[in-house]
Amino acid sequence: MSEHSGMVQKRGIGHWFTHLGLIIGVLFIFFPIWLAFVASTVTQPEIVRPPMPLLPGGHFIENYSKALFSGVNAPVALMMMNSLIMALGITIGKIIISLMSAFAIVYFRFPGRTIFFWLIFLTLMLPVEVRIVPTYQVIANFGMLNSYSGLIFPLIASATATFLFRQFFLTVPDELTEAARVDGASPMQFFWHILLPMSRTNIAALFVILFIYGWNQYLWPLLITTDPSMNTIVMGIRQMFPSGDDLADWPVIMATSILAMVPPVIVVISMQKFFIRGLIDSEK
Amino acid sequence: MEKRVIFKGWMLPALLLMPQIVITAIFFFYPAGQAIWQSMFVPDPFGLKTQFVGLGNFEYLLNDPYYRASFLTTAIFSTLVTVVSMGVALYLAILADRLIKGSGTYRTLLIWPYAVAPAVAGVLWMFMFNTRVGVVSWYLGLLGYDWNHVLNEAEAMGLVVAASSWGRISYNFLFFLAGLQAIPRSVIEAAAIDGAKFWTRFRTIVWPLLSPVTFFLMVVNVVYAFFETFGVIHTITSGGPQQATTILVYKVYSDGFVGQDLGSSAAQSVILLFVVGVLTVIQFKFIERRVHY
Amino acid sequence: MATLTLDNVRKSFGATDVIHGVDIDVQEGEFIVIVGPSGCGKSTLLRMVAGLEGISSGEIRINGKRVNEAEPSARDIAMVFQNYALYPHMSVFDNMAYGLKIAKTPKDEIAARVATAAKLLQLQPYLDRRPRELSGGQRQRVAMGRAIVRKPAVFLFDEPLSNLDAKLRVQMRLEIKQLQRELGVTSLYVTHDQVEAMTLADRMIVMNAGVADQIGKPLEVYENPQTEFVAGFIGSPATNFVPAGSVGVSVGTTVGIRPEHIKLSAEPSRLQARVAYCEALGAETLVHLRLDNGQLVTVRQGGHLPLPTEGTDLWMGWHDASMMVFGEDGRRINAV
Repeated sequence: MSEHSGMVQKRGIGHWFTHLGLIIGVLFIFFPIWLAFVASTVTQPEIVRPPMPLLPGGHFIENYSKALFSGVNAPVALMMMNSLIMALGITIGKIIISLMSAFAIVYFRFPGRTIFFWLIFLTLMLPVEVRIVPTYQVIANFGMLNSYSGLIFPLIASATATFLFRQFFLTVPDELTEAARVDGASPMQFFWHILLPMSRTNIAALFVILFIYGWNQYLWPLLITTDPSMNTIVMGIRQMFPSGDDLADWPVIMATSILAMVPPVIVVISMQKFFIRGLIDSEK
Repeated sequence: MEKRVIFKGWMLPALLLMPQIVITAIFFFYPAGQAIWQSMFVPDPFGLKTQFVGLGNFEYLLNDPYYRASFLTTAIFSTLVTVVSMGVALYLAILADRLIKGSGTYRTLLIWPYAVAPAVAGVLWMFMFNTRVGVVSWYLGLLGYDWNHVLNEAEAMGLVVAASSWGRISYNFLFFLAGLQAIPRSVIEAAAIDGAKFWTRFRTIVWPLLSPVTFFLMVVNVVYAFFETFGVIHTITSGGPQQATTILVYKVYSDGFVGQDLGSSAAQSVILLFVVGVLTVIQFKFIERRVHY
Repeated sequence: MATLTLDNVRKSFGATDVIHGVDIDVQEGEFIVIVGPSGCGKSTLLRMVAGLEGISSGEIRINGKRVNEAEPSARDIAMVFQNYALYPHMSVFDNMAYGLKIAKTPKDEIAARVATAAKLLQLQPYLDRRPRELSGGQRQRVAMGRAIVRKPAVFLFDEPLSNLDAKLRVQMRLEIKQLQRELGVTSLYVTHDQVEAMTLADRMIVMNAGVADQIGKPLEVYENPQTEFVAGFIGSPATNFVPAGSVGVSVGTTVGIRPEHIKLSAEPSRLQARVAYCEALGAETLVHLRLDNGQLVTVRQGGHLPLPTEGTDLWMGWHDASMMVFGEDGRRINAV
């Protein structure tokens, strides 16, 4: 039998080359993260006299506790709390209002339904980055600068989740709704008892995607949180670099970078199944 | 697509829609309207009042060499990010797809950067290539290459492209792997029995079958490069040197907030709005086509 | 137990009528099967009775009470859906109990009613399972159970067996019949399968393009089809139709003869045809013959008879009484 390499399975040397290629890829992907981790465990002098070491040092606890509890402008623990509130606010808020509006759009006929659908749908197109100046002015007029609601609301105002739930609701068999009607369920009873439990997987998937979206926001918090105590961790890192020629406190900055990755990475890895399903379903 | 079964009444759906409508109106439609409105005004030199200029801001922008340069920069940047991140991802996906066992492990390992914020990715790469303390730039120096992305425009562009692509590989990898795994084994095996070697099989069977995924990723990655890479640029180069990495979104920010030129910034927002609109239409045309597959 | 009356019921979507005035009178405890090809409006009719589709005109009465405007849950009906429509995230118990819970039935009564239904359907071991952990037949039983626990006045079945494999379908058919006898609940059952209709029905309704072509006991309908459509739809293999003129009938346009009513012989008789092929099924043999005009005619004869040789010309004969003559409008002319 002749040997076929490639997508037809085979053993032997080619098999190991495949692993080798992937391992190189993984190392390449991990190298920046590894380097940041190493930098967060050594001292400032070790970094500023290049080349810095490539293996972790012994100052892990020192650097991380310095970052967490004193930071540069604000303690990183506080910034993480801000990030967490923002990410959860966006995630939960968006899921709730999207479930409600998707339910209304899919399961009811009322005047203006199509218009509402398209109005909401239009918002799919516009990332907050495009409308930052006027949105900033709205938030400023409402006195919502340096507040959680100012961080959260403008980022809820998009229809991605509504659209996803709509797509999912459309796949729920009509017979289930009919069975519920024959069983005497009211619209809201149908929503609570049947639609919501059936959406659990989608909600979980969306939770992951939105949490990362919220946690990783940069430009918006940069604009509206001028008070360091309201900074989120992702935007706060950049604020830790001194202006001018002063030397950055690299170990603390890198410790903060690692800390900024930990929550979203935990969420992604632990909910990998939902996340992949949600991602691939949602973009189809 | 419509539901056969519907509930009666309009009060309940109105209540259900209310939160989304209110939030969207205040934080989306009002600002978007403002952007369009402001794009037609310029402030007077004392900043006391504004003057209506109609499409003047747009006219000015389209004749502004900096804005045109920013357009070109954005085009180069997004093309490079799309090609690099998709290329690496496809390569890794093909390798992972060859494994019977273990592709899940690699997937878990490769998924990480998706969770890393673009701004954090920017800090990581800036650290590696930092002119004073960067490890990579130091070793490049040993090899006789003097890396300085603070001064060298091409190197600055290279670095923001690398950092932006790096964060995107996971996403593309997931889609390519899913796409490859969705291709029926039997089709590839049939081609192998027909005597097609790896490269022929890839070119004539796998690649065509993968094209819907590829096309989708192209659009999505362009959108990503346009709008979501702000954090990378802001942390690594702040648009410099000499605006060499000032992409359109960065310019909206720097003209609007740093330069306080609200009219111009608003006009740029409107142009971007238009660009996103076109990209979205392309994407939806594609989704529709896919539905009829 | 209850009666169900449909009085000149019509349904139209815009300008198109899908149900053209149907009258049905269902007696207490009667099992009525509506049978017809897909798209004839039989499911729509059932869903109108259930309250899931609006009624354009006419009246539906359950126990003499007009229910046109009533919500499905207020009509005292229960429905078994084609794909069972079980709530995927609920256990078998909860699936059966859901309607009762909505109706705020006391907990112990719910438990008692579900237990009775589960016993009747042999579902006791599965009460804690989710629908996806059940086989097709078991899901079917749960769907039945959900209908039973409500103790409705009328059962509505929408092609409940069409998702099962052939063997299970036969078994479930018997179970449904037995159950209905036992409970004595008035039932309306929709199917496209004439065997189900023949075996289950006390009376059957053959529907064609939104019209109830014929209502009657299964054997009556089989023996005395009132329209060309019914003659062709009920019976397998299907009735043979030949132009009236070709067999010397002067009234009507078409003559239908059932395959079992034709005798083949070498002696000259009514119509000559050439044997195309034979299907010997053991107990019986289907002989397919080709007429001069190319049309195929099927003859069903006993399996003990010698197989005709393919390609030979034979004569077909039948009694006058077995001829069904239809007019231009498709209605039977020589009705008995």
